Order: sequence, then structure tokens, then C-alpha cells
Amino acid sequence: MRRMKANDVILRTVAKLVVFIILAFAAHLFFAGHNDPGGGFIGGLVTASALVLLALAFDLKTVRKVVPVDFRIVTAIGLLVAVLTGVGSFAFDQPFLSHTFAYKELPFLGKKELATAVLFDLGVYLAVVGVTMTIILSIGEDR
Amino acid sequence: MIGEWLVAALILLGAVLCAVSSFGLIRMPDVYTRSHAATKSSTLGVMSILLGAFLYFLLMHQVTSAKMLLAIAFLFATAPVAGHMIGRAAYRSGVPLSERSVQDDLAKKLRSENKRTGA
Repeated sequence: MRRMKANDVILRTVAKLVVFIILAFAAHLFFAGHNDPGGGFIGGLVTASALVLLALAFDLKTVRKVVPVDFRIVTAIGLLVAVLTGVGSFAFDQPFLSHTFAYKELPFLGKKELATAVLFDLGVYLAVVGVTMTIILSIGEDR
Repeated sequence: MIGEWLVAALILLGAVLCAVSSFGLIRMPDVYTRSHAATKSSTLGVMSILLGAFLYFLLMHQVTSAKMLLAIAFLFATAPVAGHMIGRAAYRSGVPLSERSVQDDLAKKLRSENKRTGA
């Protein structure tokens, strides 16, 4: 392979802009999951795709510097969060994984439904991001 | 209803543009002209279909779908870059131009660059 200086200004500039749109859309999918199509799984995949786009436009070293987390630990934290939402229902004398919800008045947002199922979804989200990024980064680093 | 006609015209225009783009994909002689046909007109076609769908939901169902606007902006930003990257990758890996091309300025530039770096 010829060694040439990478001159992909166009790709990098657009990636810098587009990554934020993708991340915002991922957040939207994650929070919309309760009442609309979306949820932790697809939100996690879209987040991982934004990180993969960064890894394509720049390189893996830069991505590791920008997102300085070990994605295996992210997977573990996700599983831990998901299990803890299940275990948490024991504290209220309920069976494992009993979820509840309440309507609360939030600052700026107004009256919103707060459900503990979102916490479980957060665990799914973190696990999906962690697993996807671990797979892709460990394949990508192979020479 | 002017709204219905507008929506219908936008979606029909988009579909026709996408059809033109696929005809261009078949009829054009080499990679570069094909990517010219595929990226430009199909981007505009999909964008006008999305705009038609956005207006349909806005006017007929009173639903403002910000996702649709985001998708339009996203396509507008990314599809030409995808075309650019495909064309660039094709050129750098030596895909020949059509025989009817008359000028290739990048070849001279690339040759002198390679001589300088010794590759």
C-alpha cells in the first residue's frame, strides 16, 4: 500500500458536524422508547455508529482520546444498572424486576412521567454501546 | 386544497428525480459520471420526497415531525460527501476515466506528489 498523507478535510469536517446530529438522534430514540419506536437497544446502536463514524473519519487513537472510557467497563456498568433496577424492587417488598412510575413536576420540562423502566433501558443502552464498541475497536486494532 | 397538490407535486417530483438518477446510473460511461448522476439527483429526489411527507403530516395531521427535517439536513450534508469519498477512492485506486474524457489535471498533480514523497 502506498503511503500518502491522508487529505480528507471534507470527510473530517462533515463527520464533526454529523456526529452531533447522530448523538442527538440517539438520545431522542433512547427517551422516546417508552411511548414511540425506539429504546435502549437502538439508541445504543446509533450511539455506537456515531463513534464508529469518528473512528472512520479520524483514527482509533483519536477516538480513544476523545472518549477515554474502556468499553468493557461500560458493558459491565450497563449490566450492573439493569440488575440493580431489578434488585431495587426487593426494597419495596415487590417481586424481582417490578417497575413503577410516577408523574412529577420537573423544572423546565413540566409534568413528566418518570418510570423506573427507563433505568433498566439505561442499562441496556450502556451494555449495547459497550459490546458494539468493544467488538468494533478490537477488530479494528488488529493488524 | 393547495396543500394536497403541493404534497403530491413534491413526492412526484422526488420520485421522478430518483428515476432519472437510476437511469443515469445505467447510462453513464464510467464511475465518476455515474456517481455524479447518483449522488446529485437522488439526493434532491429523496429530499423532496421527505419534504412532501413532512408537509403531508404537517398539513393533514397537524403533526410537526422534527425528525423529518433532521433527516433532510442529514441527507443534504452526507450524501454528497459519500459520493465524494467513493469518487476519490475510485480515482486513487486507479479506476480509468471514460475514453471520451479530454483532461485529467489530478493525474499530473498526483504524479508529482508521489515523486516528491518517493512513493
